[in-house]
Amino acid sequence: MAAVQAGLPVRLESIAGELPLPVFVGITNELEMRYPNQPLTNESQSHILGSVAGSAPRPPADRPVLRHPDTSMDKLEAWSPPQSPGISPPRSPSAYRSYPYGAQRNGTDTLLVHDAKVPGRPSVPQENSSPSHYSVKLQPEQPVITRVASVERLVERLEVDYSDDPWRITEEQREYYTNQFRSLQPDLSALIMGTVAKNFFTKSKLPIPELSHIWELSDVDKDGALTFPEFCTAFHLIVARKNGYPLPETLPATLRPGFVEAGVVTAPPSEATLPLIVFDENMMPGANQLKMGSVDLQGTSRPGVTAKQEARDESRKPEFSPKRIPEPHEKTIQHVSTLKPDSPQELDANMKSRTRPRSYSSTSIDDAMKKVEEPPTPPPRPQKTHSRASSLDLNKLFQQSGQGSRPSQHSLSAKSGWLPPPPALPPRPPATQIFSFLPGSEKSSQKAVQQPNFADFSKFREEESSLRGLSTEDLTPPKSESTVVHQGHAPQKPVRRKLHPESQSATPPSATPYSAATLTKSTQRPPPKQKREIQMAIRKNRETNAVLTRLNSELQQQLKVVHRERVTLESQLELPRPVTST
Amino acid sequence: MAVCIAVIAKENCPLYIRSVPTQGELKFHYTVHTSLDVVEEKISGVGKALADQRELYLGLLYPTEDYKVYGYVTNSKVKFVIVVDSSNTSLRDNEIRSMFRKLHNSFTDVMCNPFYNPGDPIQSKAFDSIVSTMMVQAC
Repeated sequence: MAAVQAGLPVRLESIAGELPLPVFVGITNELEMRYPNQPLTNESQSHILGSVAGSAPRPPADRPVLRHPDTSMDKLEAWSPPQSPGISPPRSPSAYRSYPYGAQRNGTDTLLVHDAKVPGRPSVPQENSSPSHYSVKLQPEQPVITRVASVERLVERLEVDYSDDPWRITEEQREYYTNQFRSLQPDLSALIMGTVAKNFFTKSKLPIPELSHIWELSDVDKDGALTFPEFCTAFHLIVARKNGYPLPETLPATLRPGFVEAGVVTAPPSEATLPLIVFDENMMPGANQLKMGSVDLQGTSRPGVTAKQEARDESRKPEFSPKRIPEPHEKTIQHVSTLKPDSPQELDANMKSRTRPRSYSSTSIDDAMKKVEEPPTPPPRPQKTHSRASSLDLNKLFQQSGQGSRPSQHSLSAKSGWLPPPPALPPRPPATQIFSFLPGSEKSSQKAVQQPNFADFSKFREEESSLRGLSTEDLTPPKSESTVVHQGHAPQKPVRRKLHPESQSATPPSATPYSAATLTKSTQRPPPKQKREIQMAIRKNRETNAVLTRLNSELQQQLKVVHRERVTLESQLELPRPVTST
Repeated sequence: MAVCIAVIAKENCPLYIRSVPTQGELKFHYTVHTSLDVVEEKISGVGKALADQRELYLGLLYPTEDYKVYGYVTNSKVKFVIVVDSSNTSLRDNEIRSMFRKLHNSFTDVMCNPFYNPGDPIQSKAFDSIVSTMMVQAC
């Protein structure tokens, strides 16, 4: 819980750390301290927070942190965290991707800290995060080191992040939820009616009482309809439930729609205003939202936190809308707001969203697809990839699909390659993907993918048969059998080569459409590429089989001819004896 | 304050019954069941279906030596019955009304849930929590 809080602040801090603001550094210190405490106990947490507060003038920050620890602690206790390792591997690449900045590193650290399963990590990340923060003040080199360490731990952290804080919506998840929301209701600001949502969530195959409970948790305004934040909350709860996490009794702080709006509502002045303003200026132009947030922020740190939240909220809203520019601004604001645990979480989401906008190409789709896949059935995912035994293929697919958008996401793309196929199949692929079992979906997707391959293969077969015809003709003279055979092979081989390049050539064009960012198409492409590779291998085998069979038939024909000759010769040379020719 | 709270559907089938002293549950169930007759009597007495909360609040249905029974009916003929211990300092009418109001609100929230089929027993935890707060006070 505290980890969640700390995680977000840490991330923000890391970003802040990049910006040489002592105020934030202090905050970050507190936050860093917080999440180390989290693994310990709430009490220690509060205590440490108090001590940390002394270091930095952020007493108000403690309150939000304490508040969140309460909720988060409950949640931690409630979780008997069955980590979903499947989720983590795909997540790590995404996390890696989403945190190109130092924040990335911090996030990993915090996540690592949060991961109760990996108690050893927290100490390390803490050290890393703390030095990173200090480095901001003192040694800029350390952040690099921490970043490296964090990068290394990204995979772990992602796992930790997801497992430790399943109630936090990551960027990829949010994108996926946004897409799902749009499929139900094109207007993001409109409501989804209860019956529509009911039909949609019923597809998740969760028991009705659980769905009812999820609805109660997520429909905070009790209007019988879901706004977009409520929808995300409900979707996230369903995803978490499908991954084995017990449903909470109360809505987690990170999932409350008011989470985003909290900052907006409170516009207290905070000391962070100055830094915020600085950030705004430093950040990008057009950070109107940020500026507003900075203006609002003045005075105490807490107000600053709230202001940050506002910035975050504002940034959040752009997240919902297909605006990417404001997100970077939000990130800066996020740096400022570290105190509030909710805000850090928001910031993290924002940070993620920020990174997202850059690579908002096919990869994002993959990520979205992946996200969809991840929550519902993490375990099968890695298996699927392994079953393919084509991690390389996946990488290829990713490279092809991603067009090099995110090289660091090879693993992700590989996994995303698996994911996309299922969604591509039905009209509402993600829904079916999430709700239907992955294996089933994958198989279906595989079948779909295989269809084009079959088409390609059929072409090959035709050519092969034509080649065979030629080769058989050449085989008339028995002596030239061997030569004919070789000749037959030769013509076939070039044919094979041709076919392969054809298939390969087909893949690049498919890759380009993939980057076209059409969910269905993009999803189909990566798997077809993998499939094509496999199909090529299959074709090769079949070719060899065909060649061998042809040879066999030719040899048998020649054998028959030879037998006839032998019979005739025997009849000529010897007395007419009954010669049984085989 | 309440000793027993019950929600009865339009067809007079119980949707929710919760009693504080769990040992005497059967007695409260019987009391609630018998109180339905009084509720029906009061409802049928009202000619018009005024959406006035006072019309919804039926007031004291009948007192016994041990407890008092209050009734409340919604516009959709869903009945709320609250059994209050007589030994308790007599609760003011407003308090009973506020309790019914809270019950009605939480019941509306349950109804808003698309996954809830009218006629099913109410299994909402939020509803349980609200009822518990009202009954814990009784204890």
